[in-house]
Amino acid sequence: MKKGKLLILPAIFWLCLFFVIPMLIVVAVSFATRSPYGQIIFDWNIGNYLRFTESLYVSIFIDTLFVAVVTTFFTIIMGYPLAWTIAKLPQKWQQPGLILVMIPFWINFLIRSYAWVIILRTQGVVNTLLLNFGIIDQPLQLLYNDVAVMLGMIYALLPFMVLPIYVSIEQLDTRLLEAASDLGASPLATFRKITLPLTMPGIAAGTILVFISSLGMFVVPDVMGGAKSALVGNLIQNQFLSARDWPFGAALSIILALLSLLLIVLYYKALQSQKGGAENAENVA
Amino acid sequence: MQRTWRSRVLIAYSVAILAFLYLPLMILALYSFNESRLNAVWTGFTFDWYLSLFKNRRVLEALTNSLIIAVASTIVSTILGTMAALALNRYQYKFKPAINSLLYLPILIPEIVMGLSLLVLFSQAQFPLGKPTLILAHITFCLSFVIITVSARLEGMRQDLEQAAEDLYATPWQTFRYVTLPLAMPGIVAGALIAFTLSIDDFIISFFVAGPNSTTLPLYIYAMVKRGISPEINALSTLMIFATIILVIVAQILQPQHTRKH
Repeated sequence: MKKGKLLILPAIFWLCLFFVIPMLIVVAVSFATRSPYGQIIFDWNIGNYLRFTESLYVSIFIDTLFVAVVTTFFTIIMGYPLAWTIAKLPQKWQQPGLILVMIPFWINFLIRSYAWVIILRTQGVVNTLLLNFGIIDQPLQLLYNDVAVMLGMIYALLPFMVLPIYVSIEQLDTRLLEAASDLGASPLATFRKITLPLTMPGIAAGTILVFISSLGMFVVPDVMGGAKSALVGNLIQNQFLSARDWPFGAALSIILALLSLLLIVLYYKALQSQKGGAENAENVA
Repeated sequence: MQRTWRSRVLIAYSVAILAFLYLPLMILALYSFNESRLNAVWTGFTFDWYLSLFKNRRVLEALTNSLIIAVASTIVSTILGTMAALALNRYQYKFKPAINSLLYLPILIPEIVMGLSLLVLFSQAQFPLGKPTLILAHITFCLSFVIITVSARLEGMRQDLEQAAEDLYATPWQTFRYVTLPLAMPGIVAGALIAFTLSIDDFIISFFVAGPNSTTLPLYIYAMVKRGISPEINALSTLMIFATIILVIVAQILQPQHTRKH
């Protein structure tokens, strides 16, 4: 029956060919140079990584991090209460509640960003309403700025935050909360001392998902942002499609991928120590 | 939990956030029925945008491309993914952590990086971009999702029926065909539906590996959005949203309810 063990080989072979090898080629290209005609010359230099330290690129990177932090913050503020409400619904409403959050998760960013274009553009829904009610007499420029990009990102990534938090709340031992309130803890104290620490793995997982996704996002800024709202994702997209500077684009995407993986590793490390903490809390209770 | 003012505020807040998630999609759908081409002013109900969509040869071409690519990548990724999930569930591997990272890393890596790495691969191999490259790319990103979904089903499955079949001298093939496969089927179907949804809906990776004659629906929508706003985009997006909703609900019903009991 050892033959069955080989069943895993096609998948491994496939991922080596179409995932590992392409990534290795990208690493190689990131150390190459672009010829004046846009071809790739493999001359092994770190120029592309050094170029990233130019002030223009540093400021795009800082903007990207800023947008990612703001997006993550708002998705937590909005996602946690929603996840809590769904987790505390009666049994038969749980699955429909969850499906309600899942559906936007599966609709692609492009369509969901376009929906906001309909609402926010100059002749869009908001401007038309405001003009009709006489609140404004000139349409407002609501699109193509950083605020619009952040709104689009929060909208796009909110389900990524709700789902992991929902799972952690669902697994929460409610007896601990009852014990706390029996012992006279205020609702706020119960939340801060018990609920929050025990659901922290869900918040961390959601944070990782939202943060990483927003770092690499190019659809939302492409559709809702102006020329000044370019993020790292747009910069990479440009290197590959219009600027045709693949080596620089490759270096940028390696930095992006490494940063994402670093965050995931940190998350697992934190999760490990959190597990210890959660067990302690349960032992205490 | 008693209905205090606190829980009422919480529910109101949650409903507001759900509205935030759904209102833009509803407005998008609503305006696919609006007569006016330019404004957000409601001038009357019409099916014209849907009709012009069905008459548009390029939309039908994009739909055909999307369906061919989704069906092909669903079949291949479901077969490869199910095989891998069965093997992972049944056998111990020496390099299990390495195998697991290989199988799940494609989900964790930013999509844009995966898309451009495939573009670099195909261009270095001088492989022309088109439907074949789209299918290869879609199989790659669907594979990990199929493995996760099928594995979840296999883990929740009882093994005693398989043991009984073996005790009754069923050949390994018979055990697989008549016991394991039917038991795993809901997971496999859910995995296939997820792969199909991911493929039909994918924009980012397709954006990098599509060729001139292989425009898919999301790529077509992107080109339309870049050209300007039109109610046809609303109509096409609305149809895609409905297709996604149906697929997600069916996949969700088929999936094992792991998180529910612990």
